[in-house]
Amino acid sequence: MRVTLWGTRGSLPSAGPETLRYGGNTSCVEVRGEDGTLLVLDAGTGIRRLGATVGEIPAVDVLLTHLHMDHLQGLGFFAPLYRPKVQVHIWGPPSTTMDLQARLVRYLSPPLFPVRLRELPCDLVLLDVPLGRFTIGALEVAAALVSHPGPTVGYRISDGRVAMAYLPDHEPALGARHFPEEPKWTSGYDLAAGVDLLIHDVQYADAEYPQYVGWGHSAIGHALAFAALAGARRLMTFHHNPTHSDDDLDRLIETARRGEPPFELIPGREGMTIAL
Amino acid sequence: MQKPIELILMRQLASYLAMPILIADREGNLLYYNQPAEAILGRRFAETGEMRSEEWVQTLPLYEEDGSPIPPERRPLLVALRERRVVHRRVRIQGLDGRSRRIESTVLPLDGQGGRSLGGAIIFWELDPS
Repeated sequence: MRVTLWGTRGSLPSAGPETLRYGGNTSCVEVRGEDGTLLVLDAGTGIRRLGATVGEIPAVDVLLTHLHMDHLQGLGFFAPLYRPKVQVHIWGPPSTTMDLQARLVRYLSPPLFPVRLRELPCDLVLLDVPLGRFTIGALEVAAALVSHPGPTVGYRISDGRVAMAYLPDHEPALGARHFPEEPKWTSGYDLAAGVDLLIHDVQYADAEYPQYVGWGHSAIGHALAFAALAGARRLMTFHHNPTHSDDDLDRLIETARRGEPPFELIPGREGMTIAL
Repeated sequence: MQKPIELILMRQLASYLAMPILIADREGNLLYYNQPAEAILGRRFAETGEMRSEEWVQTLPLYEEDGSPIPPERRPLLVALRERRVVHRRVRIQGLDGRSRRIESTVLPLDGQGGRSLGGAIIFWELDPS
């Protein structure tokens, strides 16, 4: 399995000289199975560059964790949507009030976007993510609701040999008196347990978190504690705060490394690929 | 095995509230009760821990207000879970400290996304606190 980061920024695209190394595009991760299966995790602004590289493909599955704008804003710029012969499956978390199409067209329709979903030339299929396990190509996917405002899922993806978890927007410490709690009372635990790679929300420095309790994100200390609890082999930082510069992120990660976490701590930089 | 996120957040919320709350899973197993509930149930949760449905039905028996026992299938929680509706009633409960207390309770079935039955939350209060 090969994992490429196309957007690692949270909340808002943040282009500028101060974000060149970690990148300014919002959440988008490419996962390639050994058989060529292509999964795209979230459709933040990073998905545009991914779309330009995928070449001729018969099918692609886009798995959305939730429908906040930073995870959706790039969707209309994903090149395979405009190719008549490509099957595009878009998976999103179920809602009790509106189906996925009704929620997507709020953005993908005028006046916010010039092209309507129904006008897209690809073979488009919209699907509610099953809360459980399902298979796409050679990859097994597990989805579960996690702690973040509104219906939000995290994903665990395995090819039977290695596994990764993707929890870009996750506040497992919300309301916990002593974080981390026992695994059974920790949001996201089953998805992340024993994975080879955990891509996790690192929106805040520990000192910033108290101002943003309940906003659905983690401080780096929470991400470290969660990864240790889950027994992840590698933790990759993700969903970086738009106000955090490259130098800020370097400092956060360097400080975390000094604590000698029991896993490899990888700064999540746009453009990097990791083979598992 | 990790609990569903809705139950995790419910437990977190209950731990902050000043009203007695007990949380059970969809099989009626006791998962958690908060500190205000400890005063009515007669023992700290840290001492009891989680309990299987059959176990806590035995250790925390319920009675009608006239003193006649309430069989397990008619306990408010199990009615709420079975019929997936809110149940509100007055009962007597024999606490783990041996004291009998008259309480009023409301059981809310907890339904998750996709119609999943997750369990129930019992909000209750003592009617004749000493």
